[in-house]
Amino acid sequence: MAEKYPQLRANVIAILRSIAPEVEADELRDDRPLRQQVDLDSMDWLNFLIGISEQLKVSIPEADYGRLVTLGNLLDYLRAKLG
Amino acid sequence: MFDFTLPSLGADMDEGKLIEWKVKTGDAVSKGQVVAIVDTSKAAVDVEIWQDGVVHELLIAPGEQIPVGTVMATLLEPGEEAPPKGAARAAKQAIARTPSVPGAAVAEGARLRISPAARKRAEALGVDVARLEGTGPGGAVTLADIEAAAQPGAPTPTEATPAAHPAADRNAEMRRAIAAAMSRSKREIPHYYLSETIPMARAQKWLAQINEGRPITERLLMAVVQLKAVAAALAQFPDMNGFFRDGRFEPVQAAHIGVAISLRQGGLIAPALHDVGSKPLDQLMRELADLVKRTRAGSLRSSEMSDPTITVTNLGEQGVEAVMGVIYPPQVALVGFGRIAARPWVEVGAVVAMPTVVASLAADHRVSDGHRGALFLAELRERLQRPEEL
Repeated sequence: MAEKYPQLRANVIAILRSIAPEVEADELRDDRPLRQQVDLDSMDWLNFLIGISEQLKVSIPEADYGRLVTLGNLLDYLRAKLG
Repeated sequence: MFDFTLPSLGADMDEGKLIEWKVKTGDAVSKGQVVAIVDTSKAAVDVEIWQDGVVHELLIAPGEQIPVGTVMATLLEPGEEAPPKGAARAAKQAIARTPSVPGAAVAEGARLRISPAARKRAEALGVDVARLEGTGPGGAVTLADIEAAAQPGAPTPTEATPAAHPAADRNAEMRRAIAAAMSRSKREIPHYYLSETIPMARAQKWLAQINEGRPITERLLMAVVQLKAVAAALAQFPDMNGFFRDGRFEPVQAAHIGVAISLRQGGLIAPALHDVGSKPLDQLMRELADLVKRTRAGSLRSSEMSDPTITVTNLGEQGVEAVMGVIYPPQVALVGFGRIAARPWVEVGAVVAMPTVVASLAADHRVSDGHRGALFLAELRERLQRPEEL
């Protein structure tokens, strides 16, 4: 499966690795729930989204959290936000 | 003159290795100040002094492994005249010393920034972390730095010191420590267990409204709301909050809640979030975020290790319905939360989909009965129906 938006994906995974250093970029599947692949509790998840919103300069309302299940969802969402 | 001894840092810690002194002879110290960093089976801990004084003599050298209660230093009371040196050393108790070579060379001055995982890996590989230059954030020594330094032929600023002992495996040590504390708990504490399904619609709606208008850095987590609700309920149930020591129960007024925090490499630490009942949610959120970060980075304070008066564990994050916990001695209760999810719920004669959570209580029969425990859980349920009052 071709990976979406390689640069954006790399940036997002770098932020993820600052919270979960054990993550291997090429083992992550874009189409599976991220929190099933990486052990993230709600504090980790919040810190991950804080990292994204600060480094990529996007605001992520809490109401949108429910749409951000897979890495693919998140990349599509950010792509749309970043224009 | 008074002695500074290695304090107990929880039921599962009976010895520690001095990593570094943060003070030197002649320094004035004040109550609560961090004076030493001690490595335990679970984490490196910033050890605080419990009274004001002036450092007279440091008796333990970095790298020494010492049991809890060992006199580490002598201090003068503020204003006290110094007696001749050596007097204190003569009075020092005999202790078994096991100086460990790799850890003994920790540099003075700035604290070494290294994660527990990297520290563990360094011990396993016999890498002297004090001699590494970290490439991580703020000069932190990362796992990659350790691996690189352990490569044959890796450039080392000084000759590598051969490890005197086979490296201890921190994970195995932590597992042993947890097992010892939990075995003691199951041996000594007559547990009883209760659970209650609590509707969470009001709390979720309230929290969503609060967070809607806030930037992401100021949003609250439900975990904080739950912790505050536990503290509020504890105010009416002092028999769930405190310590059972020397055959009797010592209730504690303030709710210092031990928050079970899992470590990424495995294992668990439940350091105290202090005085939860008296702090607003915003402050608790900041303090919890800081506590989680420092727990994972291996930078806890001794009071956080020894103070918890009750533990709260939230295993709902991993998707379980409910958790029946093992009490962490000398505490007398543990509250567990499962996953918050929409479940069938009967309301005014009709079945509706309702977000609910199973809250459980493991408590100590030496101190309370199931009836009290049931009332406590009912109080917790009521508190969570009125989140705006938390």
